[in-house]
Amino acid sequence: MIKQIAVFLENKEGQASGCCKVLKEAGVNLLALSIADTKDFGILRIITEDNASALNALRAAGYLSSEVELVGLEVPDKAGALSDLLIALGEGGVNVEYMYSYAGADGHAKIAFKTGNPQKAVEILQGVGAKIV
Amino acid sequence: MQYFQKELETMSADQKKVLQSERLVKMVKYVYENQKPYRAKMDAMKLKPEDIKSIDDIYKLPFTVKQDLRDAYPFGMMARPRRDLVRLHASSATTGKLTVAGYTMNDIDVWGECAARSLVMAGADEESIIHVAYGYGLFTGGLGMHYGGEKLGACVVPASAGNTQKQIQLLTDFGADIICCTPSYIIYLAEEMEKMGLKPGVDIKLKGGVFGAEAWSEGMREDIERRLGLRACDIYGLSEIAGPGVACDCQYKTGMHFQDDHFYPEIVDVDTLEPLPYGESGELVITTLTKEGMPLLRYRTRDIASLNADPCPCGRTTIKLNKITGRSDDMLIIRGVNVFPSQIESVLLKNADIQPHYHINVDRVNNLDTMEIVVELSPSISVDEVAHVEEIRKKLSSDMASALSVSAKITLVPPGTVARSEGKAKRITDRRKL
Repeated sequence: MIKQIAVFLENKEGQASGCCKVLKEAGVNLLALSIADTKDFGILRIITEDNASALNALRAAGYLSSEVELVGLEVPDKAGALSDLLIALGEGGVNVEYMYSYAGADGHAKIAFKTGNPQKAVEILQGVGAKIV
Repeated sequence: MQYFQKELETMSADQKKVLQSERLVKMVKYVYENQKPYRAKMDAMKLKPEDIKSIDDIYKLPFTVKQDLRDAYPFGMMARPRRDLVRLHASSATTGKLTVAGYTMNDIDVWGECAARSLVMAGADEESIIHVAYGYGLFTGGLGMHYGGEKLGACVVPASAGNTQKQIQLLTDFGADIICCTPSYIIYLAEEMEKMGLKPGVDIKLKGGVFGAEAWSEGMREDIERRLGLRACDIYGLSEIAGPGVACDCQYKTGMHFQDDHFYPEIVDVDTLEPLPYGESGELVITTLTKEGMPLLRYRTRDIASLNADPCPCGRTTIKLNKITGRSDDMLIIRGVNVFPSQIESVLLKNADIQPHYHINVDRVNNLDTMEIVVELSPSISVDEVAHVEEIRKKLSSDMASALSVSAKITLVPPGTVARSEGKAKRITDRRKL
């Protein structure tokens, strides 16, 4: 399981860069980043090397932030690998709310996703031989 | 301490009527002889002072509006020569001239007594430490509650408005049990105290407060009482009549006890100006019964409210003023629909995902009024899923539409983003050019 930080961004200029500046000043290294945007607001999702410091710094700077757990897994570097895993999850009745990919320090591609039923997701993935991060 | 002036506060309806009638008859004669604008109005209506025989004749008297006071700026409405006036207050006006009110020593005493009656309703007595965080100055809030506290024989801390950190330090170090300020400021203080980890009942000794100078809802009262563990009383006043203390509610919250031995309230229809029965909502109109410096006949307050004469368990026998539901000049007309900020507030207070801080932006785009309500998300919500945040916005949007009968765009912002005010909250930006 991976801990992710989500940050609510107002729909105005400089919000994402302001956030990154706060993290830079706190000396926090980013491992992954993804932005979901809507007409009215954005959500910045990040995985860092030091979530506690990142959260402290973000909250002190006035950013509405929360920490949530994601399921993380390593995906074999071959065509169709992700598809097989998602099919297995779907067949097991596990919904994926959102997902994104990132590169681990070891250079392997990884996937992080949010689900309402992480235990079951992990069981299914382990059942088909996926490596949980 | 149950009452500040038991006899006056608990007199029977018959006694009250005799007293009010005597006072009104005397007042009308005094006004006619000493205030030129009233002599002119009454002459024009062919109304003689002797036509007013009892309080039942009050409806015969002319109304007074804010413009009458502006026309008489600065001293044209005073009934006494300058040497008899001991204080001048002026209410802030966004446009035009200030509205000036002059007080004699007796006026200040009467006002102090009314403010003291109010403080007792909030739970104060001679042993109390009363922290006054209303602004001191031309605005009547600070000095009004200050004199009320001294009249009661309590110990007053004249903190005035602003400098929140210092206010909190004074509250913790001096241990005030009663506070006076605006309802939006007490919520701000509560938030700041929560952030500092200060506990009501432990670090903060407040047990009662009188909050006024802006309209607020029952939901906001519950929020204040829950957060601070105190009795939150709504206090009413206006500088033209007397500052805070004209009416205030007691622990039973059956409506604000209107000090009707000094100030006589009526509710009139906003359009026809016909008097309305108890329970019906309209514009509050006040006649001063004992004022010397600047008495006013049937002054139209622009406040929308209703009166009730139901008995109150506290034993006070005054007429009661139900919560002010809006000011007719605070009222927004959005696409023809009347919108009171207090309606918006009550929707916000019912929703745990957001905080009751808001700002309303009104504009006109392509000849159509638009209303945007900027609302703060609660710090405790999880923000990682777009769908969840969208759901909060949509629910708020539909609740707002059904409460206001007009749609509003809801914009969610992080906690702490909406500007806090240390005086009257400025919650509306109207960019319409009409």
